[in-house]
Amino acid sequence: MDQNEIQKKIQELRSLANKSNVDIQSDLKRLQEKLSDGRLSPQELWKKILLARNSDRPTTLEIIQHITENFIELHGDRAYGDDAALVGGIGLLEGRPVTFLGHQKGRNMKENIRRNYGWAHPEGYRKALRLAKQAEKFGRPLITFIDTAGAYPGLASEERGIGEAIARNLRDFAMLKVPVLCFIIGEGGSGGAIGIGVGNEVYMLENSFYSVISPEGCASILLRDPNKASDAAAQLKLLPSDLMSFGIIDGIVPEPDGGAHADHALTAANIKTQILESLKRLEQKTGEQLVRERMTKFLSMGRFVEEGGTKQNFFQRLFSLNRRA
Amino acid sequence: MAFFSGVVDRLLGRQQPIPRDLSFKDERSFVAQKHACPSCHTHLEAAELEQSLYVCPQCRHHFRINPTERIRTLADAGSFQEFSQEIHSVNAIGFPGYEAKLSEAKAATGQGEAVTNGFASIDGRKVVVSIMNFKFMGGSMGSVAGEKLTRAILTGLEKDLPVILFTTSGGMRMQEGIFSLMQMAKASAAIAQLELARVPLFVVLTDPTYGGVTASFAMLGDVILAEPGASIGFAGPRVIESTIRQKLPEGFQKSEFLVEKGFVDAIVPRNELRKTLAFLIDTHSNP
Repeated sequence: MDQNEIQKKIQELRSLANKSNVDIQSDLKRLQEKLSDGRLSPQELWKKILLARNSDRPTTLEIIQHITENFIELHGDRAYGDDAALVGGIGLLEGRPVTFLGHQKGRNMKENIRRNYGWAHPEGYRKALRLAKQAEKFGRPLITFIDTAGAYPGLASEERGIGEAIARNLRDFAMLKVPVLCFIIGEGGSGGAIGIGVGNEVYMLENSFYSVISPEGCASILLRDPNKASDAAAQLKLLPSDLMSFGIIDGIVPEPDGGAHADHALTAANIKTQILESLKRLEQKTGEQLVRERMTKFLSMGRFVEEGGTKQNFFQRLFSLNRRA
Repeated sequence: MAFFSGVVDRLLGRQQPIPRDLSFKDERSFVAQKHACPSCHTHLEAAELEQSLYVCPQCRHHFRINPTERIRTLADAGSFQEFSQEIHSVNAIGFPGYEAKLSEAKAATGQGEAVTNGFASIDGRKVVVSIMNFKFMGGSMGSVAGEKLTRAILTGLEKDLPVILFTTSGGMRMQEGIFSLMQMAKASAAIAQLELARVPLFVVLTDPTYGGVTASFAMLGDVILAEPGASIGFAGPRVIESTIRQKLPEGFQKSEFLVEKGFVDAIVPRNELRKTLAFLIDTHSNP
């Protein structure tokens, strides 16, 4: 089996387990072990990083245009301004209204200057939250497309509280009573990515990556040599197959031969297939269920050892608490 | 995310080595060796510093302190009761050299990780505290720090006690890759639970607080306090200077700057922190 087949199998197993209450832990573990074999060489891996950053890849707005019947972009955070690097709006997907959010990169220099190369400012993240809450108010599913090198590290960004804007999104996205689906469509750059990345299900396109720091940043800081970015990329384990084996993401969306840029329509169609499949599952659930599942998903993330091992009990105890609110 | 000082010019391919800022690592040994405050150069003895809550009596410079010292300066004597110390880091993504770094940090600090949790009393009021330690790998946040913070927050929820977080961190722990990034969402989801149950969360920002810590729980307190002169931000100053290609203004990212911009409720000197927190606890009871 090649990696894609294994990933497909894992996905099948997951959705099977979701539908019925079958215990698949042992099967999953076996498959994931297989997946973590067959590593790429640093050169091959670097090609994937470049593919994820390819400026001809379909952007958020292009994907939305492909998969919706009608779409209106909504602007502004109602406090400071509009951020062209993080866009959002409402579209019709197979007849149902859906709210979309996503980082927006430009195709050329002029557009990239307007879009700030997809590096969003605080007002972008605040607009995202405004539209997410609007989606919740009117019962629309929320779908986010992540494609950014990071939140903008500039003076204005700090002055307007980029940290606070991302933090608030992380907390408030966790509480949304509608289905939230996230897709990493290119670069999943650190805090800027997760700022719209707290979803019930998170998917990555085949040639995307998702990382706590850019390979270049990691190479400079830990390897003390910016030219070792490809080594850092290998060490960070940032490819979809890695994140799948870690249990961080829920699936990998296949790209056309050569990569997403080779066929925008086909890439968008694959994303749409996944959205429809996920929504079919998530739309069955109540708002409370969606919140609880999303919280549990993120609360259980992390790898550590514990003497006595009471992690599971701790969360079970907690979720059985009677809330005062 | 983890924008430690002195890395950014290299990051952007500007090759000049940056002189290490020794005042960071050695402020306290500076006092021990030179018998003076590194900030105002007034005569200062280590014993005197301990007496003054690790604040220079002359210029009010607030020295960085570790969790043990924080508890000593804040909590009622003998009230601190540590929990969740049995959680330990693993090399989750097989990052080269991570185990050695962890052992070094444990040996240097005598602590198991960058976060210490416990119950404590502040002027007789019982609280849950979670305190970060910058000396432990730059206070970087990996799976263990995330889990400990989460447990502190959820313990406050479970026991209906106010939660107080003391932050100091360079950001997320790169050696744990994507797992560390997820800790931002994890701690924030735990805070969402507090929000729903209306259990108070107080954050005290201390020097320095950066990266993913600023972009998650540090900015989510019902009340956010900061110690005087602390550096607080998302991206480090050198990253920003190389992005905007100009010098940053004086006092940029200091506590006072954050108050001015509206992101911190109040700056509280260390000798008033106990009194202030006690007042906040009393005014945030939930009938």
